Amino acid sequence: MSLKRGKLIGLAAIIAMASPFTQPLNAVGEVFELSSLSNLYEGVSFDHDMHIEAASDNCAACHHHTAGTPTQDPNCIPCHKNSGEAESAACSSCHEAEPFTSANLEKTANTPYLHHKEKPGLMAALHQNCLGCHSEVGGPLGCQDCHTMTDKGEKYYNTGKYAPKPGKETGHH
Amino acid sequence: MNRRNFIKGSLAGGLAVAATAKTEKADAAAGTFGGYADSMGVLVDLTKCVGCRTCEAACNKEQGLPEPDKPFDDYSVFDEHRHGGLPRRTTEKEYTIVNRYEVEGREKPLYRKFQCNHCNEPACLTSCFVNAYTKTPEGAVIYNPKVCVGCRTCMIACPFYVPTYSYSSAINPVVKKCIMCYDTRLKFGRPPACVEACPQGVMTFGKRKDLISLAHKMIDAKPGKYVNHVYGETEVGGTSWMYLSDVPFEEIGFNTHLGPQPIINYVKDFLAIVPMVLTIWPALFTGFHLLATRKQANKDESNKA
Ligand code: SF4
Ligand code: SF4
Ligand code: SF4
Repeated sequence: MSLKRGKLIGLAAIIAMASPFTQPLNAVGEVFELSSLSNLYEGVSFDHDMHIEAASDNCAACHHHTAGTPTQDPNCIPCHKNSGEAESAACSSCHEAEPFTSANLEKTANTPYLHHKEKPGLMAALHQNCLGCHSEVGGPLGCQDCHTMTDKGEKYYNTGKYAPKPGKETGHH
Repeated sequence: MNRRNFIKGSLAGGLAVAATAKTEKADAAAGTFGGYADSMGVLVDLTKCVGCRTCEAACNKEQGLPEPDKPFDDYSVFDEHRHGGLPRRTTEKEYTIVNRYEVEGREKPLYRKFQCNHCNEPACLTSCFVNAYTKTPEGAVIYNPKVCVGCRTCMIACPFYVPTYSYSSAINPVVKKCIMCYDTRLKFGRPPACVEACPQGVMTFGKRKDLISLAHKMIDAKPGKYVNHVYGETEVGGTSWMYLSDVPFEEIGFNTHLGPQPIINYVKDFLAIVPMVLTIWPALFTGFHLLATRKQANKDESNKA
């Protein structure tokens, strides 16, 4: 995905743990910067309009039951057939940036909602949603097709200028 | 007493000592223990893994492991095989490994993350005769490298072939394996580094008992999606790391013949050999000594006659 600079500078809305985006309807027509991973990678610019078009205006394709269009997931229908638009449809308003804190573990263990028990964290929700759809419709799948690695990232993955010197391979026992 | 009977006698004596030592240890370490009630665990949903190897990079950094042979974003490692065409396994510098499996009838390859499973009743622990291993109440199976003598018994005892050895020191090779990030994370209630780093949320961290019920709910909620088995729920007495898959486990390198008994119950006979070597020698030497003196005594007697 290429960076649409002009659009991004004026309209970037940051979905991150520090500033959860809370006005879903205004999201139409914007390019977001998804920056919850911006430690190892640069933020990812996300063209919302283009994705609305790709999903043929079916918000539920990504937003489950929270964005106004009814859900088709048989597991959600029993409870959410008529639940309508939620106060916020932002991914980060339901999917926790840190899903495994002891407070969140307790919340998950005690939730009475069966299908919320397996609710993924924010990073997982984004990747499962994006990659799930991309692999069906032929969208980009490689990590660096969407993410540009930072210097920190190259260090972390021992790649780029931190790649191991060739020739010292020991192989597997 | 003739010579044959005598040796049989001293062997049995040695075995008896070994067996007693083993039973006490087994009771203390494993026995009917069945795992700590509130221990933590990880549920690995193999259907979600995309083989990005981020978990391998995370482990390398968290555990301060040596530089890898290839970058962690180099996917040619999936084509690497060990002798005999076996897939990659954990090594002293890689506590976790992701392998790719081409499964017939599955559209895409399946990626399998692999590390120590942190057994409820670990064979590595029960087999170790210097007690280098500990199963912590949080669920991790950790070891004390200062105590390890590098005998490699745990390597043979582990049903999942997990422990490996560091050969960087020829004099004192020491066991190396995943410790569930105990020192830096688990101890403080935090999830392991690999769990937290995974972009796909392949791994869910939580109380082991909650994860078991979650796993069954996930299987029930989407009929036909998963194989109806939670690998690690009962295998070898239960493990802290458990797996969900959409293809039969035996097709993706899991041993499905381990059964629900802790491995120690099967390998007891083999494991008895290790302490037996230590206990049998004194008995044997005493035996040889007695034999020699008796022979001498007999000789003296016959001389007299
Ligand atoms: S998987 Fe192997 S090394 Fe890990 S706890 Fe079990 S027996 Fe020990
Ligand atoms: S739990 Fe920790 S030590 Fe074990 S594989 Fe994951 S990162 Fe490595
Ligand atoms: S980080 Fe997650 S998705 Fe990537 S290889 Fe590891 S388990 Fe699979």
